Amino acid sequence: MPNSVSPAEPQEVSLGRRLANQGATAFAVLAVILVLVPLLAIFVYLVIKGIGSVNLAFLTQTPKPPGEAGGGMANAIVGTGLVLAIASVIGLPLGIGSGIYLAEYGRNRFGDLIRFTADVLNGVPSIVIGIAAYSLVVVPQKHFSAFSGGIALGIMMIPTIARATEEMLLMVPNVIREAALGLGIPKWRTTLSISLRTASAGVITGCMLAFARVAGETAPLLFTAFGNQFWNLKLNQPTAALSLQVFTYAISPYDDWHKQAWAGALILILLIVGAVAAVRIVTSRGMLKGGA
Amino acid sequence: MPDSVDPMNPPEPLGQLQKPVVAVPSLAQVGREPKTGVSAAILRKIRTSYPRSSRIPDAVFGVIILLSAISVFAIVLLVVWELMDKSRMSLHQFGIGFFYGHDWDPVAGSFGAVPFIYGTLVSSFLALLLAVPASIGVAVFVTEMCPQRLRAIISFLVELLAAIPSVIYGLWGIFVLAPLLREYLEPFLARTLGWTGFFTGPMYGLGMLAAGIILAIMVVPVIASITREVMTAVPQNQREAVLALGATRWEMIRMGVLRNARIGIVGGVILGLGRALGETMAVTMVIGNRPEVARSLFAPGYTMASVIANEFTEATGDLYLSALVEIGLALFLVTLIVNALARLLVWSITGGTARVRA
Repeated sequence: MPNSVSPAEPQEVSLGRRLANQGATAFAVLAVILVLVPLLAIFVYLVIKGIGSVNLAFLTQTPKPPGEAGGGMANAIVGTGLVLAIASVIGLPLGIGSGIYLAEYGRNRFGDLIRFTADVLNGVPSIVIGIAAYSLVVVPQKHFSAFSGGIALGIMMIPTIARATEEMLLMVPNVIREAALGLGIPKWRTTLSISLRTASAGVITGCMLAFARVAGETAPLLFTAFGNQFWNLKLNQPTAALSLQVFTYAISPYDDWHKQAWAGALILILLIVGAVAAVRIVTSRGMLKGGA
Repeated sequence: MPDSVDPMNPPEPLGQLQKPVVAVPSLAQVGREPKTGVSAAILRKIRTSYPRSSRIPDAVFGVIILLSAISVFAIVLLVVWELMDKSRMSLHQFGIGFFYGHDWDPVAGSFGAVPFIYGTLVSSFLALLLAVPASIGVAVFVTEMCPQRLRAIISFLVELLAAIPSVIYGLWGIFVLAPLLREYLEPFLARTLGWTGFFTGPMYGLGMLAAGIILAIMVVPVIASITREVMTAVPQNQREAVLALGATRWEMIRMGVLRNARIGIVGGVILGLGRALGETMAVTMVIGNRPEVARSLFAPGYTMASVIANEFTEATGDLYLSALVEIGLALFLVTLIVNALARLLVWSITGGTARVRA
């Protein structure tokens, strides 16, 4: 523990050195304050400006044309759910699968290649993923769709989940695997029912973090899910999403829409903070403490 | 009594009795075994009693897992391929000149990426200028100064900053930050530092300065968490050694910790740069979106990511679209190099244990 050491301050420390020491402390405290002020300001403004427009209509109606008060983002909330569901169907199995590969089979050159590729994919700007999903799905289909948005977000989930799964599986002691194999349990069963089970709290954490990360993504949806002012539940049709709606409304010139944008942002952040908080609770009670 | 069961010797179920307990080893298996006394005999017995029925499921499982790992690799290849394929027309038309052309005029069909490259670089470096001292300050405070109880809380709050979606940063930037800049900070900077030429001209609030500040807030959690991790990785005896020589706490941090962790910190900063270069929505919403190269930070600009976000769906004509994809390709390659470099630096300090989130 780094801070368990308390420096002795003998009398003969010169004034300059003492001032430098205090100056550094003051600077560090100032830095913390400067970083936390925007965080506080963002949350305070979200609540103050957003809460007034969150009501039953906002949660149950579709958008009204500009100039007309009222309306809501119900279709966008459902659309976000739809796109995220598709993303999870793609991202969870592929992410957990590659994580298992990296931990249980990938202690070799090919594993290193996959590990590096996952890190590359993690660093690819989301807008570039959007372009790729556009040319892979939207162009052949000839129209924007919820499906293409889900693919873009699903791709973004894979590397986060893969690395988290790997890390958590590596924390499972080898003797547990050996015990299982020694009882004659086949390797696939050992991996799924023993190793993955033991690491489940950490793996779930990784999945929720990946989910929270893509839930607010806007850039990859701009030219995949595209947005929609009306209800849509079809996978191959353009669909609304909360983040897209917030963006469209925020850059619009209408006051009513600005209010709706704040309300939409509040709902979006509640969704994400809820997911992150759930993760904290799960991990603090789970077997692998400090896994988050 | 036929129904009674001998507790010491329970009868085996019929299903298992039908299988041979020890299968006859195949020749290939026998040949591979070590020929050393008892252990070889035991090994042979283990291997031959390994049920055949689980070999096929094991193989199938291995293949499925391998396929999902390969999918990661395939996706990256596919992304690169699509970017190169869709930008081919622009690559042929403009060649390398694309990257030093100043003109972005879709109507006239002339495309040059300089205003966007300039905007991306200036906004990102401005962000680092603000974020690096703040992040190192936060990391130093959390690892070396603050009481144990505060440590988890501050780390959590700083990480929360990374969980806020960029569209919400943008919204906040438009309606809160930009008015503040317009009313207070920009007039102040113009008065005090106007002579440098960086702080002149009309004050809109929205512009390069706003983009830099928003980006700085967004990259702080990235740099701070890496810095914290490499500082924690510095061995405790380094601190004790410096303190034993009579150093103050700051001298201990400077000589014992920061000097040892500097390569990893640089890695974290580069990782933050990678994030700033590719950031799209928040920047698009506050930078003003005008493809010009202006010296003043008050002036509106444009970045590579935001031109794609704004114009991609409205691009008329194949060449226009192709030029936008080429900007995406360039962005991909730059972030690839930046991220690879950062990871190498961070790994060299922590030995690959640091959790890298970008």
